Amino acid sequence: MLDSYGTEAQERVGFFTDTSVCIGCKACEVACKEWNLVPEDGLVWTGESYDNTSELGANTWRHVAFVEQNEPLHGDREVDALRWLMSSDVCKHCTHAACLDVCPTGSLFRTEFGTVVVQEDICNGCGYCVPACPFGVIDKRHLPRRDAPALPLITKQEDGRVWKCTLCYDRLKGGHEPACAKACPTESIQFGPLDDLRERADERLAKLQAEDWNGARLYGRDPDDGVGGFGAFFLLLDEPEVYGLPPDPVVTTRDLPGMYRSAAIAAGAVVLGVVAAFVGGSR
Amino acid sequence: MSSYYGRPVLKEPVWQPEIPAYFFTGGLAGASSVLSLAARIGGNETLARRSLYLGALADLVSPALLISDLGRPERFLNMLRVFKVTSPMSVGSWILFVSGSATSTAALLEWAGRLKPVKYAAELVSSAVGAPLSVYTGTLVADTAIPVWHEARHELPFLFGASAAASAGAAAAIAVPVAEAAPARRLALGGALVENVIMLAMEKRLGFVGEPYREGEAGKYAKAAKACTLGGAALLATLGRKSRLAAAAGGGLVLAGEAALRWSVFKAGFQSARDPKYTVKPQRDRHR
Repeated sequence: MLDSYGTEAQERVGFFTDTSVCIGCKACEVACKEWNLVPEDGLVWTGESYDNTSELGANTWRHVAFVEQNEPLHGDREVDALRWLMSSDVCKHCTHAACLDVCPTGSLFRTEFGTVVVQEDICNGCGYCVPACPFGVIDKRHLPRRDAPALPLITKQEDGRVWKCTLCYDRLKGGHEPACAKACPTESIQFGPLDDLRERADERLAKLQAEDWNGARLYGRDPDDGVGGFGAFFLLLDEPEVYGLPPDPVVTTRDLPGMYRSAAIAAGAVVLGVVAAFVGGSR
Repeated sequence: MSSYYGRPVLKEPVWQPEIPAYFFTGGLAGASSVLSLAARIGGNETLARRSLYLGALADLVSPALLISDLGRPERFLNMLRVFKVTSPMSVGSWILFVSGSATSTAALLEWAGRLKPVKYAAELVSSAVGAPLSVYTGTLVADTAIPVWHEARHELPFLFGASAAASAGAAAAIAVPVAEAAPARRLALGGALVENVIMLAMEKRLGFVGEPYREGEAGKYAKAAKACTLGGAALLATLGRKSRLAAAAGGGLVLAGEAALRWSVFKAGFQSARDPKYTVKPQRDRHR
């Protein structure tokens, strides 16, 4: 994947978010906003447990989900139990990233660390990556732009570009770990080389299963899944959709050869249709 | 089925009404170029010339719509910064660029009556990219995570192609005297019929995932599209053969129907993204 970087290629890094130790402090959300200068975009009370962030988007690159359930945390030891699931969601930095594939300008690119990043000086806000992402991570920023418009006649006043987690590309370049992982007080967010993280996750899952934790599973660890494995994967305590995550995400461009084949045949059919319209006279 | 407070898994598209409007004008431009060349070869000069002008006009409006939709319109040239096969939008930008250049060149030379060989070359290029231009937008929306678009990936280019052909035929049937517009009328009629058959087959095959095509705003526009295209085509095929006024009314109805069809497919994508059941259920079913 990183062949094009030659000697500059680095080991692929990512996140392992172990939600079994997440305490919902949202330090990751704050650290991310602070470090990356992600703007404030409205303060609302949702009434959805302690979650007033709601979803990832252009101005939210870490989002802590809160789920209240009448389920025991361990096996079936307790009756009438309540458990509180918390999970810090983030861009998955897919091995096969749809956003990157469909980006028509080359603004989205694969870094030397194997992460997926938007070049904000290239993005022209076409918006194609937004519905392409199977996780609904990337989005367009509608806040007022900060720089002076280049061409006043056709320029818009809003930012208009897409934004998402960069896995703190600047911090990685400087040899630091991403801000969210640095700020996490329980090591729920673990940063490191992806291979190490996968090993660590396997060990952690085995331990939780031995302790009879209810519903423990890894999400996005498998390199053979629909997106080739996540660069940022998770240990969850229930099905992915409970956290607002798709159960079996697939990179849309996997089907592209077949799509182009259909388009080519359809184009041929248009030509044939036009020719057929002239059968029986061209006037 | 569980969800996170009923919130969507996917993001709704951020595209504005310019995009479905472009699906319509791009289709009209592409199919008109093909119609123009076919008429030229068939010896129907009036139809050839006017279809060429119609195509050039639609080709001129199309990039303006696309640029207007960009979050950063002043960066529109970044579309031609790279050529990416994995991005139907990149491929489409190049197709539109070539089509726009060739069609406007041909139309200008036709109007000026000069440089015949250059004009013919431009017409050839214009009609060669015309058919891809008329269908690729179907592939563009299909190459997303939106279930109602992605699962329809094999039908959408055909649906958009038939819609484009009907648009080109209808526009030409308005612009050309009835005595010389028979192929245009046949194209409008055939396109409208094929498009409605594809729509039916697509909804039948998609089942649950295809629900958004029938519901809400998308469903309303789909119904309007059906009524307008079939009604307009019927008018073209009957009274439109004798009366220019009836041809104009029929052609106008078909054009309105095709615009409604693009709008319907566009809105169906939003409805599909908004409800997590369309994302989660099919994935859950195949994952078990």
